[in-house]
Amino acid sequence: MSRDSDDAKVDLTPQNWSDLPVEPVTDVSHETGFQVVNKSVPRRDGVAKVTGRALYTSDITLPRMAHARIVRSPVAHARITSIDVSAALERPGVYAVLTGEDLKALPHTHYGHAVPDHAVLAIDKVIFVGEPVAAVIAASERIAQQAMEDVVVEYDELDAVITVDEALSPEAPVIHGRAFTSGAFRGFEEETVAGQTSNICEEAHVGWGDVEEGFSQATTIVEGEYYYPMAYAYAMEPYVAVGDVSDNSLTVYSSAQHPFMVRHDLAHVFGMSLGQVRVVVPYVGGGYGSKSYTKIEPLAAACSWWAKRPVKIQLGVEESILTTRGDDALVRMRTGVDSDGRIIAREATIYLNSGAYAENSPLVCKKSANRIVGPYAIPHVKVDCYSVYTNTCPASSFRGFGASLVTFGAESQIDELAEKLGEDGLSFRLRNVADEGERFFPKMRGLDANLKGDLRKLAAMLEWDAEPQAGRGKGLAVSASDAGAHPITTAAIKLHGDGSVTVLTGSTELGQGSHTVLAQIAAEEFGIPLESVQVVASDTAIVPFERSTGASRTTTLMGRAVQEACQEAIAQLCEMGSEAFGVPPEEIEQESGGLRHGDRSMAWSELLTSFFGMPDCEIVGRAYLRRAGDLKELPPFWEIGCAGVEIEVDEETGRIELTRLAAVGDVGLAINPAMAEGQDLGAAAMGIGTGLFEELVYDGQQLANANLWDYRVPRFTDIPSDVRLELTQDQNGVGPYGAKGGGEGSLNPMSASIANALYQATGVRVHEAPLTPERVWQALQAKKSSQREAE
Amino acid sequence: MSDTSAQILLRTTVNGLDVAVAIEPQETLAEVLREKLQLIGTKVSCNVQVCGACTVLVDGLPVSSCTYLAYEARDRQVLTIEGLASKDGTLHPLQTAFIEENAFQCGFCTPGMILAAKSLLDQRPDSSEHEIVEYMEGNICRCTGYRSIVAAIQKAQASVADRSS
Ligand code: FES
Ligand code: FES
Repeated sequence: MSRDSDDAKVDLTPQNWSDLPVEPVTDVSHETGFQVVNKSVPRRDGVAKVTGRALYTSDITLPRMAHARIVRSPVAHARITSIDVSAALERPGVYAVLTGEDLKALPHTHYGHAVPDHAVLAIDKVIFVGEPVAAVIAASERIAQQAMEDVVVEYDELDAVITVDEALSPEAPVIHGRAFTSGAFRGFEEETVAGQTSNICEEAHVGWGDVEEGFSQATTIVEGEYYYPMAYAYAMEPYVAVGDVSDNSLTVYSSAQHPFMVRHDLAHVFGMSLGQVRVVVPYVGGGYGSKSYTKIEPLAAACSWWAKRPVKIQLGVEESILTTRGDDALVRMRTGVDSDGRIIAREATIYLNSGAYAENSPLVCKKSANRIVGPYAIPHVKVDCYSVYTNTCPASSFRGFGASLVTFGAESQIDELAEKLGEDGLSFRLRNVADEGERFFPKMRGLDANLKGDLRKLAAMLEWDAEPQAGRGKGLAVSASDAGAHPITTAAIKLHGDGSVTVLTGSTELGQGSHTVLAQIAAEEFGIPLESVQVVASDTAIVPFERSTGASRTTTLMGRAVQEACQEAIAQLCEMGSEAFGVPPEEIEQESGGLRHGDRSMAWSELLTSFFGMPDCEIVGRAYLRRAGDLKELPPFWEIGCAGVEIEVDEETGRIELTRLAAVGDVGLAINPAMAEGQDLGAAAMGIGTGLFEELVYDGQQLANANLWDYRVPRFTDIPSDVRLELTQDQNGVGPYGAKGGGEGSLNPMSASIANALYQATGVRVHEAPLTPERVWQALQAKKSSQREAE
Repeated sequence: MSDTSAQILLRTTVNGLDVAVAIEPQETLAEVLREKLQLIGTKVSCNVQVCGACTVLVDGLPVSSCTYLAYEARDRQVLTIEGLASKDGTLHPLQTAFIEENAFQCGFCTPGMILAAKSLLDQRPDSSEHEIVEYMEGNICRCTGYRSIVAAIQKAQASVADRSS
């Protein structure tokens, strides 16, 4: 075994590139002058991932490391009257047990980027079933697991509120009942309202024009109530973190999307400077927003602090569900159309069940309010959105948040309007969607996409005009999300003495392909082969600050930062070339792999050696992006969703099967087209999940289906073999070469597309996602009985 | 220090190498592979035999190592992802095809996915697309939407057929 064992003890550098060269696949569909970008080169992490050598946080073991298991609350709302850990401590192999009481010795016990309401472990009170109450730290997971049974916790139960209705009733207990100051990274400016006197965690009010006036002019109005479920992102790698606290520093390895955000919370809790805290993120086994912001890192670090050794916390799937789910959304909405068939008014009230802690729900709330407007220029709009605390597990970001939640209702209602006008959903949308450049949302960037063109492509892929077979129906939907990608991004590159390059980036490789895409950009800029570029990522002690990896920002913002960092290095090289060539810098031209003056060329390596007088010296190029210049206006880009389906409905069982899936990815320019399409299909597959069967269900205080047996995610047979994907590459984004974000878009319209297709196939309209066989069957029965009554 | 339960000696063959390792009777194959043999390419996700991430081959057939007792593997041949490429590092056709077809993103499902596909192609090299999809139903991938995985398996199928013809 020795050879394999050695091999498997992979080093702990953030990314271990040992990839063998693979023949690049060249994309010929889109003619450009690019050498490396806009080509479907193979993933840089390919070989590592197919050979099992890619290192994830779950794989990390440190010397002296202990394992912690978490004792969780069995009740939704209670005062903790006592915790007895003495029996657990007597077990051989148990090092320590940490409780909320012990945490009081830390500078801070609570964290939260939006609202610092989240206790590292419950202190005095628990507020949802599954809340961490104590951590047992032992030599092995098994010992910790067994010792958990010896931790005796006594509770004094309080009234709990599980639903939004319960939480907002005047008699409801106020879950937090204290004022909070705003967290440092909430992503918007208003002060927090969370927790003071009610269970409202955040509210958002968006509007313009005069909706009453708008509706009085409307000739057709549709009104309805829609529900989008609580969902579980199911990143296949459950939450995991290794904490290692020493006297004057703290290192955490974590499966986290935003290492710099996690660093902030850790520095806060432990009263350390940013420089004392190091967060390292190896490969991440899926994120989809669920690993945004801080999760179990403070607890892993606190266990290490308490047990005085490195501690790993590896959660399972059920515990991961209890850690973070998506907000659900109840939407009450009406939309009116004038006599020209134009949308004139939309009014909506949205309630989000955000669970026990704010997490990112305040931003989900703000974004839901914006995104329910859709990509339409509507003269009169009024939206009120409330994020509500309940005694359920905390909700936070999940891919496409704020868009998927409300687009189900918004785009169902568009089809209902079209139907009422006797028109089809495509022509209604073609008349109503905003034009490219149109400022359809006041004070925001104009639409940076040709959505009408995208819709026409989608219609062609769906063969929209062809009559579907009996029992089948087609549906489509669109969305435009004001990308939450706040443009604070910095990057550095090192040009090494031999002309190779290392990109230093805070963008985490979640599988979205950031390492490949960023390497492509650097190779393009320097005119060097892709193999000459390495990417080092997500180690806060090494790489420059990046706010986050999410909201489809990486290609646009980090891609641009890397491009500018390369250009800054090349400007330095021009100065060096000026000295070497003995001519002014402006006379020097860049060529592939170096600089040229007249017929004299110098490669990058020669320029460096001539400047330093020694081999192996290197220079650093850097770029700082902030809200300035063309990045001043928000959003940095609109993320477009444009997708549709053809489905077949079994009227006996209510079961929906997809027979075709089509999506247009409007990405400006795909740095790697095959990977961009892969993101689109992956996002669409998640949309199929929440469209058809994914839903977390509360039964009283408990989640009824917090496991993968009962919470079903899409499998091979759920995806139709007929999948059609197209990219729109109009180079109209603010990212490098006109790129803009993708990777969430196709999720957002998917559930509405399915609902719209169901209507076409059967004439029934379901207002509650997912469209499970039971819901569809009931709707079909209701239709049949009303038909019978009419006869 | 703490192990009160009796240890037993497990003799098995992993990736062609004979192994003798002391285990507790209740240890799963995934635990022994990952923790005792440091074969961390085998991934654990659901831990209840639903997702297929932990798939390894025992005597050529896929098992969910998260729930398969390590002791069951005594005197048998275990293949993990680390043992799939040939000794000189040449990738198996499935590994190459997975890279070429972008059949993964985060890669967490990939070791189990590739091994499940290997057992299919070994048993039924001429599987139809329908058979591939049915056989692979026990392996979840949350990133890709599956079609690229189907394409990769078909590509590997073709290249295996080429090599043997
Ligand atoms: S981890 Fe074994 S089947 Fe999911
Ligand atoms: S590649 Fe991420 S789960 Fe399959």
